[in-house]
Amino acid sequence: MIRLYRALLHFYPASFRIEFGEEMAAVFAQRRAAAGPLARMGLLLEAVADIVPGAVVLHWEVLQQDLRSTTRTLRHSRGFALAAILVTALGVGANTAAFSVADFVLLRPLPFPESQGLVRLCEGPPTGGGWGCMNQLSPANYRDFKDMSGSFEIMGAFYRNAVNLVGGGDPQRLTIASMTPEVLPLLGIPAALGRVLDPTNGGEPDARTAVLGYGLWQSRFGGDPDVLGRTVNLNGVPFQVIGVMPPTFHFPSRDVQLWTPLVLREEDFADRTNTYLDGVGRLREGVTLEQARADLSVVAARLAHEYPETNAETGISFFRMRDELSPRYRLLLMALCGASLCTLLLTCANLANLLLARAAARERELAVRVALGAGRERLVRQMITESVTLAAIGGAAGVVVAVLAVPLLARLVPPTLPIAGQPSLDLRVLALAALFTGVTGLGFGLIPALRVSGRTGLAALREGTRSGGGRRQRLRTVLVTLEMAVSVVLLISCGLLIQAVWRVQATDPGFVPHQVLTLKTALPRPRYDSPVRRAEFYRRVLADVRALTGVQSAAYITGLPMVMTGGIWRVVIPGREVPRDGSDAVSLRFVTSQFFRTLSIPLHSGRDVEDGDTADRAYVAVVSESFVRRHWPDEDPLGKTFQFRDEVRVVVGVVGNVKVRGLERTNEPQLYLPAAQVPEGALINYDPKDLVIRHSAQGVALLPAVRRIVRAADPEQPISDVRTLEDVVAGETATRRAQLRVLGALAAIALVLAGVGIHGLLAYTVSQRSREIGVRLALGAEPAGVARMIMAEGMRLAVFGIVPGVAGAYAAARGMRALLFGVEPADPGTIAAVVGLALVMTVAGSLVPALRAVRVSPMSVMRSE
Amino acid sequence: MALDPGNIADLLPLPPATFHILLALAAGDRHGYGIIQDVEARTDGALRLSAGTLYRTIQRLLEQGLITEPRKPNAPQGDPRRRYYRITPHGTAVARAESLRLAQLVRLAKRAGLLPKPA
Repeated sequence: MIRLYRALLHFYPASFRIEFGEEMAAVFAQRRAAAGPLARMGLLLEAVADIVPGAVVLHWEVLQQDLRSTTRTLRHSRGFALAAILVTALGVGANTAAFSVADFVLLRPLPFPESQGLVRLCEGPPTGGGWGCMNQLSPANYRDFKDMSGSFEIMGAFYRNAVNLVGGGDPQRLTIASMTPEVLPLLGIPAALGRVLDPTNGGEPDARTAVLGYGLWQSRFGGDPDVLGRTVNLNGVPFQVIGVMPPTFHFPSRDVQLWTPLVLREEDFADRTNTYLDGVGRLREGVTLEQARADLSVVAARLAHEYPETNAETGISFFRMRDELSPRYRLLLMALCGASLCTLLLTCANLANLLLARAAARERELAVRVALGAGRERLVRQMITESVTLAAIGGAAGVVVAVLAVPLLARLVPPTLPIAGQPSLDLRVLALAALFTGVTGLGFGLIPALRVSGRTGLAALREGTRSGGGRRQRLRTVLVTLEMAVSVVLLISCGLLIQAVWRVQATDPGFVPHQVLTLKTALPRPRYDSPVRRAEFYRRVLADVRALTGVQSAAYITGLPMVMTGGIWRVVIPGREVPRDGSDAVSLRFVTSQFFRTLSIPLHSGRDVEDGDTADRAYVAVVSESFVRRHWPDEDPLGKTFQFRDEVRVVVGVVGNVKVRGLERTNEPQLYLPAAQVPEGALINYDPKDLVIRHSAQGVALLPAVRRIVRAADPEQPISDVRTLEDVVAGETATRRAQLRVLGALAAIALVLAGVGIHGLLAYTVSQRSREIGVRLALGAEPAGVARMIMAEGMRLAVFGIVPGVAGAYAAARGMRALLFGVEPADPGTIAAVVGLALVMTVAGSLVPALRAVRVSPMSVMRSE
Repeated sequence: MALDPGNIADLLPLPPATFHILLALAAGDRHGYGIIQDVEARTDGALRLSAGTLYRTIQRLLEQGLITEPRKPNAPQGDPRRRYYRITPHGTAVARAESLRLAQLVRLAKRAGLLPKPA
């Protein structure tokens, strides 16, 4: 019972308990001895009622006292307080931002009910591998997977499309998804208004219905609740609005703003190679992903057996909807989190160091207080209150930093996931900030507090002005070298990534992006089913644009390089076997005349596509060098023929290679076909849509004139995606540059902190050793020698930090090799530059203390003793 | 901790528990349980200080310099293992000031006819 009472005493502040605990226990024991057996139980209850509220009062009083004294001490050292708050704000802010983006992208369940059961299904290589959707499904394969697999509660399919929305404002280009009626119900999000597409209305009679995204509803219909039942005109076809989705709904990705039913007709199931569907499903309860994968593989094998012609090489790519994320994004985010954690570590080390220095300065004050009877626990508590207060203010500022920083990191949120563009500030993020604040406050407060209170005995008083014994000095040295090491790790990682970006940017895209304006005019079917009508549109627009002053050339193409990355087809060279592994894939584009000139793609031999290459003339093709190298390495390609689909084409020109898929990816050889030479009704999606204009420096100023020209050619035709080709290329490195900016800022902070750390430690050393230095100078030591001694000390600190730093950086760089674009993890130039930078910072940090050492006046030092 | 009258006035009125503890110590040095017993006897059992209240008050009294912890307690059959407390001159002055304040109140109450006048 007495033990229980002693346990209760732990509710009190430690200082109170240590002072009076024994006495109180004694009082309790005496009372208990005096009480009868029945009254004893009452005594314990009484004790609880006595101690708990009393303890709260005492804690509150101690806190008030400590806060008052904190305010007082911090007012005395405003510079320190400000520095600590700023540094904490940066550390907490950077970490909160980085981790909330990472949490949002990598960890949080997708915003659908029971989202862990949601999976995606596509076609892939039979061996598996790769990430995301390798190839789309053909309708027939989709139907067979759906019917033959027992692993799914429900399965649906969709495909992305782009349409022109006409009426009620300017014509607008919209990204939409056509989906089978299962898709919206299986996602499980009800409509905000009206109803979703579901099996009851997905049949043929209702195929002309549409569900609006919240954003589109707001922007196009002003959030009008009477929108239900109205019609929207998509590519000239009326669709009736039946529902509006809530603002948080995104599927399959953020850019999709409208959903229409996908109705598969019998003829759609004929061709198993016509692949354009994405499968999406919900696993049956109790079925694991691996079970489902095994099940689907069996189906794929059966299909391969039944349809060897088309399915022999068809496997599946099957993954959780959550994992539709490029591994590069994952790595980018993890690198970012690692860097922020490094900075937080650095922040703590630096603040701990500052506090240690301050504690050393206050050591006598503290020793006096202990001598006057203040308990050690009281001092520890007060110091921790101080650091936690600083951290709390810093943390609050850090939340502001995080709120400002998150939009900067939004580029690191991949557009392929069905989630919002950036995480919103919610409790989870605030909890994260609180966590980091707590870690920082305790991290930099606890060690100094324990260290100081541990040696506030008589020793501190006796030591007098020569305080700061060897042990604390060692701890501070370790902290400073740690700072140096961390900043070297950050700097080297950053340097390597900068080099990677330079390398990516220096990659020749195969065309010259400067002074090219691009925009999209996608001609809607069925209005433009007639090839004559399309040709007429292109002819009118191109002729008028080319006639504008300052325009050097203009052309149309199916899709811009790096924007349209797909469009992969196979060609057959007469007399050669068709390879099974798809190594005969080419990237197909239809172009008008002047395309190569407009993008400055060099024409190596033969001729450009010409206006005369019409449907009634011989079908021709222009191919890239890589195409020639693959098929006719040592022959003259001009005049050679190959088969594409059902047509035989003659090669009339050879042009330079273009990085169609992007600067960092391998690219299929390119095949360019004249816009007019396409069989009627074939390859509808390959209509040239992108207008490219090479001009002499007017840029966007051309736009009004171009708009007028397009309107004159077709008043219902929207213009979208206006941008310069330079922006398109810059977009290739945008994610990298966003990450680099953050990392660079962190590395810069780290370097400065390390420099400050070295400066602080040396300045302290000099002030502690001023007597010794004075004696040396008095005995005739050269001032230069004294300065050298201090500088050498700084260098020693730096080297102790740099060596493990370089090793750590090498390990980190190996971990993120995939981001380095071929830059070696041990790139000597980067390491040398960073080591140089660190040494410069060390010299800068040591300079002032060294000068101060030289200026020590032997006389004044002696006098003060 | 100065003994100026202003300082004393700032401390008044004393909380009842504080006053009783000072009264108990005015009679001689006591340890904690001794104070409790003394207060209980003095008030005929009406006031039983809890250990928590007692030591929180003692902490404050020590801080304010109204009591001290003597090295050699002046107590009959003292227990050397226990901590004894002793009222300081300042503490005596404060207790006296509080007594005067209370006496003044009693006088006022009598004049208002709330209490029988002394015979």
